[in-house]
Parts: sequence; C-alpha cells; structure tokens
Amino acid sequence: MSAVAGALLSVRGLRVEFATRAGPLVAVDDVSFDIAPGEVLGVVGESGAGKSLTGTAIIGLLDPPGRIAAGEVWLEGRRIDNLPPEQIRKIRGRRIGMVFQDPLTSLDPLYTIGEQLTETILTHMPMSQAKARRRALDLLAEVGIPAPEARIDAYPHQFSGGMRQRVVIALALAAEPVLVIADEPTTALDVSVQAQIITLLKRTCREHGAAVMLITHDMGVIAETADRVAVMYAGRVVELGPVHDVIGHARHPYTSGLMASIPLISHEAPRLQQIEGSMPRLTAIPPGCAFHPRCPKAFERCGRERPDMMAAGTSRAACWLYAPEVVRS
Amino acid sequence: MSERPLIEVEGLTRYFDVSKPLLNRIVERLPKSTLRAVHQVSFSIVRGETFALVGESGCGKSTVARMLAGLIRPSGGAIRFDGADVTAVGSGGRAPHRRRLQMIFQDPYASLNPRWRVGDIIAEPILAFGLADDKAEIEERVSDLLRVVKLDPADRAKFPHEFSGGQRQRICIARALSNKPEFIICDEPTSALDVSVQAQILNLMRDLQDEFGLTYLFISHNLAVVRHMATRIGVMYLGKLCEVAPARQLFSAPRHPYTRLLLDAVPDISMTGKARRAITGEVPNPIDPPKGCAFHPRCPHAFDRCRSETPAPVATDGGEVACHAVAEGRI
Repeated sequence: MSAVAGALLSVRGLRVEFATRAGPLVAVDDVSFDIAPGEVLGVVGESGAGKSLTGTAIIGLLDPPGRIAAGEVWLEGRRIDNLPPEQIRKIRGRRIGMVFQDPLTSLDPLYTIGEQLTETILTHMPMSQAKARRRALDLLAEVGIPAPEARIDAYPHQFSGGMRQRVVIALALAAEPVLVIADEPTTALDVSVQAQIITLLKRTCREHGAAVMLITHDMGVIAETADRVAVMYAGRVVELGPVHDVIGHARHPYTSGLMASIPLISHEAPRLQQIEGSMPRLTAIPPGCAFHPRCPKAFERCGRERPDMMAAGTSRAACWLYAPEVVRS
Repeated sequence: MSERPLIEVEGLTRYFDVSKPLLNRIVERLPKSTLRAVHQVSFSIVRGETFALVGESGCGKSTVARMLAGLIRPSGGAIRFDGADVTAVGSGGRAPHRRRLQMIFQDPYASLNPRWRVGDIIAEPILAFGLADDKAEIEERVSDLLRVVKLDPADRAKFPHEFSGGQRQRICIARALSNKPEFIICDEPTSALDVSVQAQILNLMRDLQDEFGLTYLFISHNLAVVRHMATRIGVMYLGKLCEVAPARQLFSAPRHPYTRLLLDAVPDISMTGKARRAITGEVPNPIDPPKGCAFHPRCPHAFDRCRSETPAPVATDGGEVACHAVAEGRI
C-alpha cells in the first residue's frame, strides 16, 4: 500500500471507527481513492454515508472517540495520517484548505475578518503584517467582496450568508494550498447564492491550481462541478468514475436508484422512482453488500459476500453484477 | 375553476415589530422598526389541487403558511376558508374550520414529542377535536392510519427516537390525517430528508391526495420538488407574490424576471459541465426593502419606473405577474 505515482492525495483502505461500550462502530470502511493535481473529486452520498468523516479523517480532525483504525493517507507522496498533531496542523491550512457547511460557525465572531485572514496568512507564510494585510485585501477582492478596504475591518455578523462563505473560501485559499476540502459548502445557502459560490469555488481553485474534494449530498452541484465522483453508501465507496458516466450510466444499483429518485426541473414525471427502506444504521449494517436488502437486483451472493470495487464499464463499482464470472454469463 | 375556491387569501399582510427595547429607543433616538414579512399577498386554492409557494429563505412563505394555519394572526387582509372569514376568529382549536385543516412541518425530529408513544401522538388530534372517545375505536383508527402511511400498526407502542427521519415524517403525516382534514399545509415537508427518502414521502403524499381528495398548500425552496408536486405555483420575493401560474406554464414560460433567474440558478443533473447562470447580489434586508419593485437591484430588466413604483399584479393567461416590464410588454 502506497501512493499512486502522480496522485496529489491517495487514500488507501481508510477505516474510521468509534469506540462504544457495545464495541467499535465502523463509520468509514475500506475507502480508497486518489485525487490528481487540479482535479475536482465529488464525494456524494446520503446522510450517514461517511462522506464528511472521510474528509475530517484526511485532515486529522476526527473527534475522539472517532479514530482512524486502518488505512493510509498520502499527500504529495508523504504519508500524513500518522503524523503527530503539531505536524498535521502545519499541513492543515498550508497544504490543505477547508470550507465547511456553515460559514457562521467556521468564522470567529470576536475577530474581524481582516484579523482572521492575516492570522492565517502569517501562520503559514513568513511576511510582514502590512504585506499580509495587503494580501488579505487581494483575496477578498478575488472572492468578490465589494469594497474590500471598507469591509476588511468588519465582523462576521455584519456579512450575509453568501458573503461569509466567500470569506471562508478566501481563508481556505490564503496559504495557497494544493487541495481544498469543501464539505457541503453551499448547503446552508439559497439557490441563487449557491450558484455564485459554486462558480467562485471552481474558478478560484482553478486559478490557484488547487485540487478540490467536494463533499455534498446534492447531485446537481456534483454534476456541474466535479471531474470524477465517488458515491458512498453505509461507510463504503460503492461507485467511482468520471462524472458523465456515473450520472448518465450509473453502474451500481444504488447509484441508479439514487439518480432516479431525484425530481428533475427539466421534465415532469407522474411518479418518482423510490428506493424502498432507508440506509442502515451503523449498528446494523447488513452482512455482504450493505445495500442488498434494498437492492432490486440482489441475488444470493450479495447477502453472503462483500463485493470489492471492480471494473464496470468506464467506472468502478462495488457490486457482484460486475464480477467477471457474472459478466461473462 | 367555476367552483368556489376552498381557500381565498386577499391582501394578506404581516408585520413583525423588531424595534429595540423602549429605553434603548429613547436613549439612542431610534424610530420603531418593523419587518415586513408578508405584504399584500392574494391567491386562492381550488379543492383538490396543490398550490405551491416557492422562494428563498426570508421571503415570507412560511409566515403565509403559519397565518393560514392560524398559528399567528395577520396584521391585515383576509383569509376565507370555504367562504367563511377565519381571520376574525381567534386562535385556539375551537374554531369550526380548524378540524378541517392540518399541518406537516419541516423537521420530523422537532415536531414529534420525544416522550410520547407514536400511538398517543397520532391519537391526539382525534381526542383534541373530540372525534371519538372510545378507546378501542381510537386504537383501531390509529392502526389504520399507520397502515395508510405504510408503517406497521405495532409501531404504535414505540417512541419517535426508534424511527428514521423518513419514518418520522410518515408519523407526522399519519397525525395530520387523523382528524380527516380537507386541507393540509406542508411547510418544507422533505427538506430535512435524503433524496431517496424524499421520493418515498412525495409519492406517498400524492397517493394520499388521490385517495382522500386532499388539498395541499406546499411550501418549498426546491423548484424541482415543487414541479413534481404542484398544480399551480406562487413565487414569492421579499414578502410579495411576484408571479402565480399553473405549474407547467411556470416552468415552460416563466414571465417574471425573478422566476426566470431562479429557474436558471437551479443545478440540474442533466447539465454536466454546463455552468448555471448565477443571480447577482443577495436578498435584501426585509427591514429596509428597496423602494419600488423589491427585486429591482438584482433585475437585469430594471428601469426607472421599477425603482420608484411598486408593480401591481397583472393577469396573464392562467396566472398573474407583478412586473412593470411584463405589463408594458417589454419582456
């Protein structure tokens, strides 16, 4: 197990456990993927699928009792999951920027946004106070804050939700990171503002050459933003492939069920397709393929053996339908 | 449409007093300030249809719903339920129309009492309206309702925390159906749910509408969900209705510039790689809304008249639009 040559971020066999009195709960199980430099990888799934925990595990922000129980995380050819806290802290912010869902809780209400930006810049880059402030102003202008000179000394509560999220993006990009992990960056925003923020995130990351790991439950946001997409279900990646293929020709029955259950604005259907049941709780993940009790195509093997990722067209899917012997017959 | 509408709303208005405390106002010489949550909203809902209100947060759609449900009093205007003015009647469950309407809320985690068993939760409206007092009869009715929403009658004895989000919303629906209402106000009923569960709940709501002939007021910020559910749609912006139209027409030929931009701003999974057209700017503060048409600072078609004069709704085929540019035939 080691990094793939050329990959910016490699996650191999990542497993996140929570110790409970009843034994460990496995929230993320054997998750592997790579992100190439400058690439946008979408991670999509329903609540409880483990997508946010995957993100927090990568940046070493898991809260106890959660812990990485197995697997490796490599950034730029260097293993980072076993680094001591003070070293991972240097990577966080410097090499990996973060954008969280709620812009109000990711900004400190007691400091002006200028203070927060210059603090971040000075922590990671040696320069004078005046130069850092100049850079903070440039960043604010870049993320589309009107009149940055007038706004830099304002407090977060004086900004609207969309403007706050712009500030958070400026903070994430402050130290020129190579990767930005954006966890539901637009979920708390209205749809008209959402489009602005997604466009901004895409543009600024491209200009700074940063790759993006975009975690969201919104397939629409993934469709217009991501290059590749990983679909997660019950703690595992069930399908991984180019965004066109995953959306247009979903291979895993869960992905196709998920796509069919999304109401579309572009056409009318008398009835939505629905996936029966709901995602299992972590305490009761079914044996074999975790999706088999809800799967319309499940057969005997699905309840018995757990499928690994296998080639399925241009994508990869963790589904026995694509086992070489099934495909042949 | 010749039939009398079940719900008629006329000039509905609600202001909230958001002034600072009296002493602060005197010391700081501040005037009273009011938030105009809903201003002069008029629409009607025909029996058996689903009327949807869409808009971004803070546009007043939930305030309209709460006024219709009688949870807050309007500052002005009239609500007629089946011809009878219900704004004159005070709050409280004794008003005769109250047993004919029910409400489903957004968050199924917050709208079920965690200390009550599911059976008691569903039976409460039956008891509150005195529709039955025989224990066996109530129990039978609760079991029926659980079957209607596709849960197990044995779930009666469980507590809400034993259910997933989607199952809880089914319990909320069963409770809403228990006093056999004709009109159900659904305030973002699926916003807290995952998409695969959302599909189940939306399908269930449509089935129930067919089965019991229900009329829905459906509030949502999600245009795709609204398209799926609604017969007619009202688009709200800063406390006002800017466009009302039959659902199909609203999506195929939106008239108001705000509706057009809102439709363009929705991400669609069929448009991979294409960028959405973003609306510039954000929703202004409702305490100090822009003069004239509230949308004019963000509107690409705004001209002088929009900045000074509030547009009145004008009839279009099947609906109405409040926009000077549409009224003058410029767009």
